[in-house]
Amino acid sequence: MAGLSVKLDVRSYSGFKAVTFLCLIILYAPLLVVTIYSFNASNSIASWDGFSVHWYVDVFTGPESAKFKRAAWNSFAIALIAATVSTMIATLAATGMIRAGKFKLRTLSFGLISLPLMVPEIVTAVATLIFFNAIGFERGFATIIFAHIAFCIPFAYLPIAARMQGIDETVEQAALDLYATRQQVFTRILLPLMTPGIISGFLLAFIVSLDDFIITNFVKGAGVETLPTAIFGAVKQGIKPNIMAISTLLLSVSVVMVTISYFVSKTDKTT
Amino acid sequence: MEQRENAIDIRSAVKRYGSFTALKEISLSIRDNEFFTLLGPSGCGKTTLLRMIAGFEAVSEGSIYLFGEEIENLPPNRRPVNTVFQNYALFPHLNVLDNVAFGLEMKGRSKLEAREKAGLMLELVQLIDFSARRPSQLSGGQQQRVALARALAPQPKVLLLDEPLSALDLKLRKTMQLELKHLQRETGITFIFVTHDQEEALTMSDRIAVMSSGQLQQLGSPRDIYETPCNMFVADFIGDTNLLDVQVDAVKDGQAVCRLAGGHQLNCEQVEGVGPGAKVHVCLRPERTFISEKPTETENLQGRVVENIFIGTDITTLVELVEGPGFTVRTSNSDRGSQGIFEPGSDVFINLEPGAARLLMD
Ligand SMILES: Nc1ncnc2c1ncn2[C@@H]1O[C@H](COP(=O)(O)OP(=O)(O)O)[C@@H](O)[C@H]1O
Ligand SMILES: [Mg+2]
Repeated sequence: MAGLSVKLDVRSYSGFKAVTFLCLIILYAPLLVVTIYSFNASNSIASWDGFSVHWYVDVFTGPESAKFKRAAWNSFAIALIAATVSTMIATLAATGMIRAGKFKLRTLSFGLISLPLMVPEIVTAVATLIFFNAIGFERGFATIIFAHIAFCIPFAYLPIAARMQGIDETVEQAALDLYATRQQVFTRILLPLMTPGIISGFLLAFIVSLDDFIITNFVKGAGVETLPTAIFGAVKQGIKPNIMAISTLLLSVSVVMVTISYFVSKTDKTT
Repeated sequence: MEQRENAIDIRSAVKRYGSFTALKEISLSIRDNEFFTLLGPSGCGKTTLLRMIAGFEAVSEGSIYLFGEEIENLPPNRRPVNTVFQNYALFPHLNVLDNVAFGLEMKGRSKLEAREKAGLMLELVQLIDFSARRPSQLSGGQQQRVALARALAPQPKVLLLDEPLSALDLKLRKTMQLELKHLQRETGITFIFVTHDQEEALTMSDRIAVMSSGQLQQLGSPRDIYETPCNMFVADFIGDTNLLDVQVDAVKDGQAVCRLAGGHQLNCEQVEGVGPGAKVHVCLRPERTFISEKPTETENLQGRVVENIFIGTDITTLVELVEGPGFTVRTSNSDRGSQGIFEPGSDVFINLEPGAARLLMD
């Protein structure tokens, strides 16, 4: 038996290690380079001049700091609102979709919700822009929020729906059998059981919103910048090491979110 | 004596799923305070009937009454009926105490009072020491008892149990059978118990409804059902049975003269609707027959011993009848006395206890 399991192990395929390393390098080398060079003392991005945190100081106090601060504030506010609203919508959608029985068009509905994940973002961006123009909605902070809520829904929906699918339906029936109203079944049973999925969905939506460039760039009004659009604007004038520092900060936010998400699923006591 | 109201009256209930009819016109009454069992093979519609009583399935036709009141339009959370689910369906995010307190709380008791009562229920099922655990930290038998305590805590008028013991090992199952029976006596709550295990049904029930393919086959006490099965299905499903194909030659004085395939004749009590020429079956319980070397004054069948099987208290002897079919005879080891065991190959007579042979129609 032992011999057989060794043979079936994916690690026994020749080249497995090489391919794995190649993939890891392609994925992480750029991030690593950006992170390392954000601590570069030099003014140039090409040569290493020793360790320093002065580009981080520059981000917060330098000539561009006011612009970046405003952009960061916008980004976080938008991400918070968009993630909150889209998570609420996704939670209700998941409850409806999975508990409404086997209604016709269920597969279609599921497809419709997740389709935006597969549509090229530029198409969504153009479509959203045309839509706002068509209804005569002036571009600004609000348009960004509406657009972000819309495209965050499928990201929030997937982990919530996955979690929902894993909840035994007879548990809800048991609650109903024990005199709970439909609403109590939702608040006392479903919601607590869905919580890990809801948190994952929220964090995912938050990161996706925080990180979005294409759609934001299309629908933002003049003068409103988010971190990605501000970074892009700055890069157009040449890459300075302070961009690397901002990028590294943004990266740490993502790492923190992923870590939270990991621990939430770890401490889930129900399984 | 005052006639007590029935706990449940099911009148001509039909359940259809699309074009498939899961229950075909079931009518039965379940008395208050009784331990009632729905017994039948898997897929015969037991769960469906239970879910209709609980309110999870609508009745396609007919109606269900709970203590004389039609409950068709009552949703599950307004029926004074609780269910012990087949998979227990405990709330995974609540500890044992809060699981049991849930129903009481939903009925409007304060959290404190609900927990206090839940504690008493947990003492009853001997799980008070496990109050703070989560369901996932309990064994199957313990989860089963939590499910039971949770369903009993709000003091329902009727408790529905859907194969609650099927996931437990044999020994635990036997213990729980007795515990359930005691619990039913103590609480006085009407139990409707679903099982596919005929032995379990016979052990626990006041009355049994035998079902097959969506139809009620027979309703009666365990003794009625075991001793006087009303048709082939019930005879075959309940206990061990010898079923012999016969043809009725004549009927006189309430006795039917039945002829086996080989020509041997047997006298059986006649049942309604059976006349000369009818092709019917004779049902003989293995423990109501005996083996001897010579024929006795009662009815006898002739055959040859094939095998003896020792099953602890009893010995089961397989005999091949002269007529062809195999036949089993069960002899209690304590009753056998000085009589020895007939070795395979011995020619023997099978004596039938008077009244043991029962005529059954298809
Ligand atoms: N929701 C449903 N849709 C269609 N058929 C069903 C449904 N539920 C049960 N059935 C069918 O009804 C019959 C009885 O099922 P059930 O009551 O679960 O049987 P039992 O509990 O006696 O094993 C089965 O043939 C089953 O396939
Ligand atoms: Mg069943």
